Amino acid sequence: MSALDNTNTFEPVIIGFTCNWCSYRAADLAGTSRIKYPPNVRLIRVMCSGRIDPTFVLKALSDGADGVMIAGCHPGECHYLEQNYKALRRHRLLQKTLAQFGIEPARVRLTWASAAEGALFAQEIATMVDEVKQLGPLNWPARPVPVGSVPAEIPVLSEVGA
Amino acid sequence: MSKPKFAMYWAAACGGCEIAVLNIDEKVLDLDANFEVAFWPAAMDVKYKDVEAMEDASILVTLFNGSIRTDENEHMARLLRRKSRILVAFGSCANEGCIPGLANLSSRESLFERVYQANATSPSTENPNNLRPQASSQVPEGTLTLPPLQAVIRTLDQVVEVDYHVPGCPPESRQIAAVLDALIAVVKGEAELPPKGAVLGAGNSTVCDECARKRDVKQIGKISRIQELPPLATDVCLLEQGLMCAGPATRSGCDSRCPNVGAPCIGCYGAAPGVLDQGARLMTAIASVVDANEPDAIDRVLDGIPDPAGSFYRFSLAHSLLRANRAALAEKP
Ligand code: SF4
Ligand code: FES
Repeated sequence: MSALDNTNTFEPVIIGFTCNWCSYRAADLAGTSRIKYPPNVRLIRVMCSGRIDPTFVLKALSDGADGVMIAGCHPGECHYLEQNYKALRRHRLLQKTLAQFGIEPARVRLTWASAAEGALFAQEIATMVDEVKQLGPLNWPARPVPVGSVPAEIPVLSEVGA
Repeated sequence: MSKPKFAMYWAAACGGCEIAVLNIDEKVLDLDANFEVAFWPAAMDVKYKDVEAMEDASILVTLFNGSIRTDENEHMARLLRRKSRILVAFGSCANEGCIPGLANLSSRESLFERVYQANATSPSTENPNNLRPQASSQVPEGTLTLPPLQAVIRTLDQVVEVDYHVPGCPPESRQIAAVLDALIAVVKGEAELPPKGAVLGAGNSTVCDECARKRDVKQIGKISRIQELPPLATDVCLLEQGLMCAGPATRSGCDSRCPNVGAPCIGCYGAAPGVLDQGARLMTAIASVVDANEPDAIDRVLDGIPDPAGSFYRFSLAHSLLRANRAALAEKP
């Protein structure tokens, strides 16, 4: 899409969870090597992809994100041994579940990147941003806010009806 | 001396909460001794207009069970909020949407189709003329009305402010009795009210924590349904024996009754303390123990859960982070 093309001005917000040891370093390397990638991703560093609870993903999606990227070390290279396999299993289970909520698989992407793969990481982000642009905004409706008259204070009950 | 007023109401519910309250046996006499029952459709005949005529905040405590599915449910939630000093979300439906909340996975139109369409997928439907219930219909005697169905189910605290929560489907009778005892102590001036927003009549941990079954193996190679398995060991964790058990994500308070008798926990006490989203926590727990590391092998194990959203959010869908299917949420209220 060229800068002059204003038919699609949608810029998705993507939350990216990166692990401290590989994928965050990949992002860092992309930066220090001046590799450009779209600014749509807000990276959040966690110690390991095994720390990513599906709750984080659901919270991001229900609070306004259009997509979530989960990035970890390559299988077999997790610094906490097997935790990225857990991330993989959670991702697959989450995808199955999200389908029932009408959320497309491209909105939650799992990717592996070693500390040396800055270019690959940048490419993954570019691909994801493209795919989410195609899907359009997620715009998950805000949680309903309770209303109703609440007596300002709950009285001392021993005085009630005495 | 006039007694403080008590009310109990059901919205989109099955009636089990009412039965559970009656199951407190002679304790119900304490309720009667300390409160004047002002409104309780399951137990006595008081009309809505009688409630509307009551002074605001004149009911001391209302136990509200059921979720908000129709305009009538919403009206009663607002009305009882206005008339009650203490509004208690009572039971799973009021707190988390419960089984009725699973309808949030389908749009309203598809619900009507499934239930009323002549050649519907529902095998019990026989409706050759494609009749549908109408919000208002004319009969010789006048106009008949039905409360319209809202697009999605909401929990009580998504509609009005709630003071306390009593979880469970239904809440355990011994827990109900304890909550009533605590209330009576407050009314007598012997105790203080718990802080607003407190969860009453439940534990502060998970069902696993209360469950006596042993846990050792951390990996499962296949997830089955209970009828597909040979008789199970009576002292080993059911999850480890290949059953989906919601114990790790579910609030304690039921004395782990289901796992005790060999049936997996299905999650009726809702999210465990500190858990934002019961289904997400359960996904975390289940995915952690799946004994496979390759995508295809993982999927083969996960195929043992044919309805993941329905299994992980069986009781808490309407109160989960996503709350409903996207199409259902997009419908007009
Ligand atoms: S998973 Fe179920 S059976 Fe196993 S310890 Fe927890 S509650 Fe008990
Ligand atoms: S440390 Fe990178 S995935 Fe575990």
